[in-house]
Order: sequence, then C-alpha cells, then structure tokens
Amino acid sequence: MKHSYYEASARERVDALLDPLSFREILPPTARVVSPHLTALDLPTAFDDGVVIGSGALEGRAVLIAAQEGGFMGGAVGEVHGAKIVGLLERASREHPVAVLLLLESGGVRLHEANAGLIAVSEVMRAILRARAAGVPVLAAIGGQYGCFGGMAIAARCSNAIVMSEEGRMGLSGPEVIETANGVEEFDSRDRALVWRTVGGKHRYLIGDCDRLVDDEIAQFRAAFIALMREAEAFTLEALEREHAMLTRRIELFGGHADALDIWRALGWEEPGEVSVLDTREFALRAMGRRAARAGMAG
Amino acid sequence: MEQLHYRFTGGHPVSKGRARLVGVVGSGNLEVLIEPSPLDGACIVDVSTAAKGFGAIWQAVMSDFFARHPLADVRISIHDNGATPAIVVLRLDQAVAEFSAPSMHLPAGDEA
Repeated sequence: MKHSYYEASARERVDALLDPLSFREILPPTARVVSPHLTALDLPTAFDDGVVIGSGALEGRAVLIAAQEGGFMGGAVGEVHGAKIVGLLERASREHPVAVLLLLESGGVRLHEANAGLIAVSEVMRAILRARAAGVPVLAAIGGQYGCFGGMAIAARCSNAIVMSEEGRMGLSGPEVIETANGVEEFDSRDRALVWRTVGGKHRYLIGDCDRLVDDEIAQFRAAFIALMREAEAFTLEALEREHAMLTRRIELFGGHADALDIWRALGWEEPGEVSVLDTREFALRAMGRRAARAGMAG
Repeated sequence: MEQLHYRFTGGHPVSKGRARLVGVVGSGNLEVLIEPSPLDGACIVDVSTAAKGFGAIWQAVMSDFFARHPLADVRISIHDNGATPAIVVLRLDQAVAEFSAPSMHLPAGDEA
C-alpha cells in the first residue's frame, strides 16, 4: 500500500525510509531535552523539540538521519532542535557514514527563540558544509505539509542533493511572509496554483534546485536516496565554482521573468500549463532537456 | 501552562513494555510519552497543558483511562496543546497499544 510521505509524521518517515528495525535514536524523547526558551515563555514544549535524530541503515549501509516534525511549531528551529542536527552532522564528520539524510520540514527559525534560533540555523548550515568537506554526502528530502522555508531552505541548498515531491515546497520567504511584507498584489498566498508553481517541487526541479522529483511515497524517497548516495560528487572548490556559475547563469536567464510560467516557456515548454497537470513520471521524461540541471550532481 | 499529576494503584505490570512517543504537540493535539518505570506498582501521569482550568475534566479522563488500562510501573508524560478529551483518549489508547506491542525498535539510547 502507498505510504504517503506528506501525511506521515517525522518518526513514521524515519521508520519507513530506513531498513526495518535499523534506527537507533540519539537523545530520544525519554531524555526530555526540551526547549528552555519555550519553557521560560510558558509555551508547550515537545520531548524531542520537534526533531528526531539517530543512526540507521540504508540497504545495509550506515547512515545518520534527522527528521523535522512539521506538526510541532511548523518544524521551526530552536536552540535545542538546531543543536541536535548540528551534533548529528559533527558526528558524521568524525564517523564517516555513507551519507547524512535530512528529512526537512520547517518554516525556518523559531522566532520565539530569537537570536538562539538564528544562530542554531546558521550552525546547521556550517555543519552541513563541514560534513561535506569531510567527504560525507548530505542528502535532503522535502515533501511535507509545511514545506521548507527560511534558513532551512538555505540549509537544504547547502546539501549535495535535494529530493522533492510535487507536493513539497521550498523557498526563502514563505508565501504568507511575502504577502504580509509586500502586499497581496505582489503575491497572493491563497492562490494555490501560484504558490505551487513558484515554490513547488516541479518548479524547483525545472530550475535546478531539486535533483530528483518523486511521487508522494516514502519508498520513492528511499529509492532516490539510495541512487543519490552513489552519485554524490566530491565537495571541491571546482564543484562550488560550477554551482555558483550555474546560479549566475540562472539569474541572467530568468531574473527578468515575473512568473514561473515564463521561466518554463524559456526552458522550452511550449505549453507551460502542462507542467502542472503531468504525473511525475511523464513530467520527468518530458523535462529531459527542458530543465536547468544542478551543477553539483551527475545526471 | 498548568501542571497536573495523577497516581493510580492496583494495576498490573506489562511485561516487556517499551518507551514510546505518540502524537505531536500541534494546535489541538498532544504528545504522550509512555515508559516503564519502577514505581512500586503505581501508574503515574504527569500532564503539562496549555489549557488552564480543566483539572476536573483531566481527572475524569484519566480515571476512565486507568479503569480501561490498569497499568502498573508505568510513567505517562503528556504535553498538551489544547486537545479535546476525545483526542486525549485516542492518544492514550494509541500509546498503550504501542507500549504493549512486540518491539518495532532496538532499545532507544545514545551510544555516544
């Protein structure tokens, strides 16, 4: 039976994505490492501060994994939450697992925790790059209800590769934030078609932010991770420069377009409206030669 | 937040019960952490809830729960964010079902 990634909790995703019975949690809920900031503000806390971390296996090979729980404060990163992810990545730099898997679902910084939250997210980014520099591929998945926004979207783009479903969304400022700051004329956060063609998985795949687009099934995320573990490129200055060149080219090509539909047309989609209605397999087939491939990955 | 504490006695221990967490602290939801604990045969429930002033309803829900699941040497910890009694009952039943089920996991723990 299909096991929806979108619908699953962080714990369900971890259990279903790794080899059966292989997951060993670090700082489990029984450790009760909760947010001191939320406690001080007299707000509800979570026993895992909204993130599950630990070790496990993917096709028998050792991986480390973190999964953010969107249901708790939108997956927002507080001090403890961030420190758990950073600690996991630092362990990866020491122990060299085959990969670190980040199941991201987050609105970004937990604003209640102010500077501690901001610092936590920046430390996550640095730890991702440090793990990659130590030769450990960091792979991200985005396919949850709350998407991946703010600092955690930057963190996602610091990884080797990103797997998304069409339902997944990634962006710096979320739709509601853009509307609040710049007005509904600039961006109508209730226009679902507009939201999805701006931050959704298919658009991210076409402009090269996302490396694999999969159906909303945990088994497909697992299969994509297994394939990506083999392809991950070494983190070198040359690779970084190629990535920056790709981003520069992207701004030159698409920076003047006001709508994703215009970008898709520029990529060669003569009828860009069909992007939204194609199923994943058909879409990926037709996207060959009509997407901006990410520089840091083969294929 | 309001802290509520309940203690029940006269239950039966569950052999091989394992620590489990069910639910998420979302709006109108709660998480329930259930774990074996040497409590001289008691079952202890600690509730931390965002909805203040509902102690009498919690008392009723927890008494009903213990009548249906008379557990011993079990500690239940709840983080509640305004869940209705029906949701609380559902989560408690889910927690007991997972606590008593054959192991799906290796023992949790930081082996650092």
